[in-house]
Amino acid sequence: MLADSIAFVLLVIGLIFNALGVIGLLRFPDVYTRLHASTKATTFGSIFLCLGVVVYAIAHYFWTSDSQYLMVIVHTIIAVFALAVTNAAGSHAIARAAHKSGQKPEPSVVDRLSEAGL
Amino acid sequence: MIGMFMTAALVTVVIAFGALVRLIIGPTNPDRVVAADTINTLTVAVLILLSVLYEQFIFIDVAIVYALLSFVSTLYIAKHIGGEL
Amino acid sequence: MIPFIVTASVAFLFYLVLVIGSGPVIFWSWEEILAGVIIGLATGIICRKVFCKNENYRMLCPARLVGLVIYICGPFLVELTKANLDVAYRIITGRIRPGIIRLHSGMKSDLALTMLAHSITLTPGTLSVNVDEENHDLFIHVIHLDEGEEKKEVFEAEEIFAFMNIPAWIRRIAE
Repeated sequence: MLADSIAFVLLVIGLIFNALGVIGLLRFPDVYTRLHASTKATTFGSIFLCLGVVVYAIAHYFWTSDSQYLMVIVHTIIAVFALAVTNAAGSHAIARAAHKSGQKPEPSVVDRLSEAGL
Repeated sequence: MIGMFMTAALVTVVIAFGALVRLIIGPTNPDRVVAADTINTLTVAVLILLSVLYEQFIFIDVAIVYALLSFVSTLYIAKHIGGEL
Repeated sequence: MIPFIVTASVAFLFYLVLVIGSGPVIFWSWEEILAGVIIGLATGIICRKVFCKNENYRMLCPARLVGLVIYICGPFLVELTKANLDVAYRIITGRIRPGIIRLHSGMKSDLALTMLAHSITLTPGTLSVNVDEENHDLFIHVIHLDEGEEKKEVFEAEEIFAFMNIPAWIRRIAE
């Protein structure tokens, strides 16, 4: 079945990116690079997991034309948007707080923020 | 198809335990917040997968509210670390 | 009066989106529409001063909303995919050369600056750390700076995006 295979591929991509995000979280040396790994990779992976759910719901909506599945599609898309927006803003807040609390980016070639003194 | 979602949810939970390691050993407090944020994101994904798995579509609404509330908690902890609270 | 109408209509439309698929009137039932009207009126009375804080109704123009949807589905998704492939490569090989640089954004309004900061956080190798409120400059953390780039004082916003001209899109939508 087509919908099954598409959903399977999307779920596998999502799981790979989630795993990469956590590996980066464990592997990178300081908090800023860890934020890179965790924010980007887990957001992208969760988007793909949710896309798998959306494909499943679309397939069931065409088979059964039960309006319940329409609700699933719309709510999953809203959840994805909430996740993307809040992750970006939250990572910005954590990075700003870490820099304010005096943590320097440890392996770094340049730090214009400390030079600017903000 | 259902087994597929079951496997995906289980693997995501195992991945979340990897982030838990960073939450425990993290040298500084911002590291711990990053790990907690990652676990929250993964929890939202698991909730959405489980809602399809058990056909309890109310879980998706729970996931939306969970995402927004975890954002608020992250912001507050970040403000506390930054010394503005 | 205008803030109340705007807030009430946005709340009503958002409620309708949330309860889609509940009945026979296109996608909704009469009860849900009635509940949406009541909730919209209540939200409009309570939140009108928060939602329309600076009396700026530019984002209500339909062309801008359509542009926002096209921007999210097109250029933003391309840059997001590229960013994640880049981060995956860095995670696997461990080849990083991080630093914090100053980026001259050139945005005039706060909304455009917010959108640019969000786009930067989710696009290649960069993460916004702080904002210079006076001249709307951003400080961003880059995971891999090329050799010699750390000498540069200020970066332009167009330089850090690879394929698409994201700042021009944001300027078209939000300014």
